[in-house]
Amino acid sequence: MLVIVAPPLFKGGYLMNVLVFVGINTMLAIALNLLLGYAGQISLGHAGFFGLGAYLSGILTTTYGLNPWAAMPAAAGVVGCLAGLIGFPILKLKGHYLAMATLGLGIIIYIVFNETVEFTGGPSGLSGIPNLQLAGITFDSDVKNYYLIWGVTLAVMLFSLNLANSRVGRALRAVHDSEVAAQVLGVNSRILKVQIFALSAVISSLAGSLYAHTMTFISPASFGFNFSIELLTMVVIGGLGSVFGSFLGAALLTLLPEFLRGANDYDIIIYGALLVVMVMFMPGGLVRGIPALFRKIAARKGETGHA
Amino acid sequence: MQFDQILQYALSGLSTGAIYALIGIGFSIIYNATGIINFAQGEFVMLGGLLTLSSLELLKLPLWAAIPCAVAVSTVAGILFERLAIRPLRQPTPINLVIITIGGSILIRGLAMLVWGKDTHAIPPFSGDTPIAIGGATILPQHLWILGITLVTILINKVYFYHTISGKAMRACSYNRRAAGLVGIDVKRMVLFSFIISSAMGAVAGIIVAPLTMTAYDVGVMLGLKGFCAAIIGGMSSGISTVIGGLILGVLESLGAGLISSGYKDAIAFIILLLILFIRPQGLFGKADSERV
Repeated sequence: MLVIVAPPLFKGGYLMNVLVFVGINTMLAIALNLLLGYAGQISLGHAGFFGLGAYLSGILTTTYGLNPWAAMPAAAGVVGCLAGLIGFPILKLKGHYLAMATLGLGIIIYIVFNETVEFTGGPSGLSGIPNLQLAGITFDSDVKNYYLIWGVTLAVMLFSLNLANSRVGRALRAVHDSEVAAQVLGVNSRILKVQIFALSAVISSLAGSLYAHTMTFISPASFGFNFSIELLTMVVIGGLGSVFGSFLGAALLTLLPEFLRGANDYDIIIYGALLVVMVMFMPGGLVRGIPALFRKIAARKGETGHA
Repeated sequence: MQFDQILQYALSGLSTGAIYALIGIGFSIIYNATGIINFAQGEFVMLGGLLTLSSLELLKLPLWAAIPCAVAVSTVAGILFERLAIRPLRQPTPINLVIITIGGSILIRGLAMLVWGKDTHAIPPFSGDTPIAIGGATILPQHLWILGITLVTILINKVYFYHTISGKAMRACSYNRRAAGLVGIDVKRMVLFSFIISSAMGAVAGIIVAPLTMTAYDVGVMLGLKGFCAAIIGGMSSGISTVIGGLILGVLESLGAGLISSGYKDAIAFIILLLILFIRPQGLFGKADSERV
């Protein structure tokens, strides 16, 4: 299923800023989707990895003066190791227990952000994070950031599609369907789950670092439980187990608040309602639900046409 | 000096622990009857407190009438939740259930935010606020109310589950749903009952703790999670183990906050949760679970 998305050129302005976020959210949604949609492991704490990437990159570049291009992989590496270490015990759990454990993990990370004021600046956030520079171009405007972010996002999408259609991807889906059966067939499910958890964390961390360098200011508020839920909503609405679905979900949920400008506080209700409605009526997400809907309508038209 | 401090922390930890125990029992009841972890449990706690507030201020009811009123409305919310969100679910996989209960909890929280705004509100304590001295520590009368009401609720629970037909039927459902259905128990009605009892208990918990810690539209998240933690420590039982789990959690959290650092108070509870889940997921008192493949 080859989906080539060509980023259209919009005339500058506010929309560019929003589209940058769509890119970052797509990356995050894909990361979560790898874990949730393909491998079937629930994680309610992904905002934590996003935040860790952002903060580590931010701190390394501001307090220690590291080059952003070195800080990002460093941050990703640390987050990946951390996720690997935590992944081993946490992924023994299943279902609700895993959900709660990841939720707790996410909240612990959030509290650490808030409390370690000397490093992170606490609730007032960390500012002065430098923009990325490449070959003399400083990515300090929305347009330039847009291309940067979407370049990375497309790379992540291609990578994930590749992964999903490879041996690893099939093994993941086998684990999702029935872990014991997969193990019987020779899939080392334990290591696989930890690997995918770590990979998901690394992608989220990368997104976080990019976020930090584009925004130049981060604060713990963006990395809390609410954002984890937003990510979950994006993945569910877009469609579990579909890379393009993650893009749809991310796009929808990033653009939606823009259309509901006046209703700033209502967005949380809409997320909740969307979650409930989607799970009840379109468990496959939009990416499968909309074509199915069209098919149903077409079928009905066909019947009445012939009757 | 040191001992008095520790005693103080321990005592206040006991009463928060009692609240966690009540919420945890709510989790366990639903889980035992349906296999669902109701992420929205904390929201019923929140509703209890906020509804009492409204009954007191808007309807001008006296406290002893406001409380049953609030509990009743919360229970209705619980019934609605079960009817609208849980029952019509077509694919009850764990992921879907988690997502739908999370969605429901967000929805309830959002509606509460619309109705009551984002401020914290205070409810007057049940019987004044002159502190009582015990040893070198002091507690408030509200603490006694909390412990007392928790005790009564647990006794009522015990009586219901072990000495009434419908209670025994619910226990039957938790052991084996199909068998229970085969002997004539209406499993769907038991599911409904479990939600009723849990939301009522949650509301009571919210009401008795509100005079101490104020109430707002978002207290449900933390309380719910910690109640869940208590339930896990107790092995998801709806009896004394969860109570002990809650008390342990409350005391540990209080001691940790007092002796180590108060900013990390919530983190301590979650670290305990993670440790229990890693080391002994069946709780301190439960038996290990086996899964049919």
